[in-house]
Amino acid sequence: MDERWLLARRKDNLQTRATMIQAIRQFFISRDYLEVETPIRVPTQAPEAHIDPLTSEGWFLHTSPELCMKRLLAAGYSRIFQFARCFRAGERGNLHINEFTLLEWYHTGIDYKEMMEECEDLLIHLAELLCYGKIIHYQGKDIALERPWERISVRDAFERYSPLTMEEALEQERFDEIMVSHIEPRLGFDTPTFLYDYPASLAALARLKKEDPTVAERFEIYMGGLELANAFSELTDVDEQRARFDREQEHRKKMGKLPYPEPDKFLAALPHMPEASGIALGVDRLAMIFTDSSTIDDVVTFTPEML
Amino acid sequence: MYSASDLRKNLKIQIEGDPYVVTDFQFVKPGKGQALYRCKLKNMVTGSQFERTFRSVDSFEPANLQEKHMQYLYKEGDQYCFMDTENYEQVYLTSDQVGDASNFLIDNIEAEILFFGSDALGVTLPNFVDLTVTQADPWVKGDTAAGNSKPITVETGYTLNVPSFIEEGEKIRIDTRTGEYSTRVKE
Repeated sequence: MDERWLLARRKDNLQTRATMIQAIRQFFISRDYLEVETPIRVPTQAPEAHIDPLTSEGWFLHTSPELCMKRLLAAGYSRIFQFARCFRAGERGNLHINEFTLLEWYHTGIDYKEMMEECEDLLIHLAELLCYGKIIHYQGKDIALERPWERISVRDAFERYSPLTMEEALEQERFDEIMVSHIEPRLGFDTPTFLYDYPASLAALARLKKEDPTVAERFEIYMGGLELANAFSELTDVDEQRARFDREQEHRKKMGKLPYPEPDKFLAALPHMPEASGIALGVDRLAMIFTDSSTIDDVVTFTPEML
Repeated sequence: MYSASDLRKNLKIQIEGDPYVVTDFQFVKPGKGQALYRCKLKNMVTGSQFERTFRSVDSFEPANLQEKHMQYLYKEGDQYCFMDTENYEQVYLTSDQVGDASNFLIDNIEAEILFFGSDALGVTLPNFVDLTVTQADPWVKGDTAAGNSKPITVETGYTLNVPSFIEEGEKIRIDTRTGEYSTRVKE
């Protein structure tokens, strides 16, 4: 396609994206958050079974800024946010692009339930600025941001939408498949949805729930079937964290993927990290919502295919 | 051998001996979960369709198809006639087999006809074809914003959006894989 025409057609979307980013900054600054920038090129990162990095001269382009931001928490920073350009190998589709922007923020002294309320505040603030109201029109559906948003546990979502229970899906290794075919397409249509309490085996850096240690205090936000953000009550137990990293490394080895160097400096800092909740929100996906776009290509300047 | 990451729309793969074409493709990956490849597949012989989700460890054989370079002659009812320009043999494809390619078929255009054994199954057009604009609203002077577009019709009856400066009688280049405008052709 004619490149100049295509780029010119994207201009309105890019304008909305820029306004949205300014409004996000304003929101966090008004709440006493410090904006930080951590290095993009890092010697190691949190081992996760299904996230693959791009390499750079023996180091990695980070897949998220999580470890560096937590080291700041351990040093006494109490509220921090960052717009981080992140890179993930092999992820390309209507909703994925190898180089994308995460908004990641951390707040000490709160848990994931309180983090949900902060997410409601942020989205309501953005919608008032960008849509002049509390209704977002996305792909033919009206999504109301009026509080409270729908909250459903992963276990209940499997009961309601899937032919298998959560436990059966895990046992048959069909959890991800059912998630994308039966559950995700039903979430976040009347209000945004918080899908929370993920199986303990799927919570690399989240704290287990005291009342039910089979699940972890993790949630995702969905709007119009689109996954927007992933949040935890952060795990601060260093022995437990080391054991989980080992498990993920083992998993990577089994799939023939290279294990990472152990994130020693992060593990050394972790005992000093206070209780906190943290979240990573896909800025490109949020821009899709506010521009009513069906593909991520419509909200970035250049896709890799255009370079 | 193809791996799951090679999957894309129009890829032709073999499943249990039959050739299938990927008619729809979506890369999906639930939060922190594994990469999945959701495909709609169409059996190229029987036309039956089904959906299947593949994982990144899955692999496939390419469909065992032969291609023959042929020329499009004419359409008769539901049948499209193509001719081998070396031996003048003719084959017919149904409109279902031709699919979206019918939007870009002009007389004498050369294309690859796909064969499974002796059965002609489909057609692959050149990636780009040049077609004449037969209907377009006139360009409004002063409409200079580079991103503006308007719908037009080309000689095959196909309609698409193009930049607003394109006028009736001009030739434009269309990407047959996406059906989208590519550029204006100056003769």
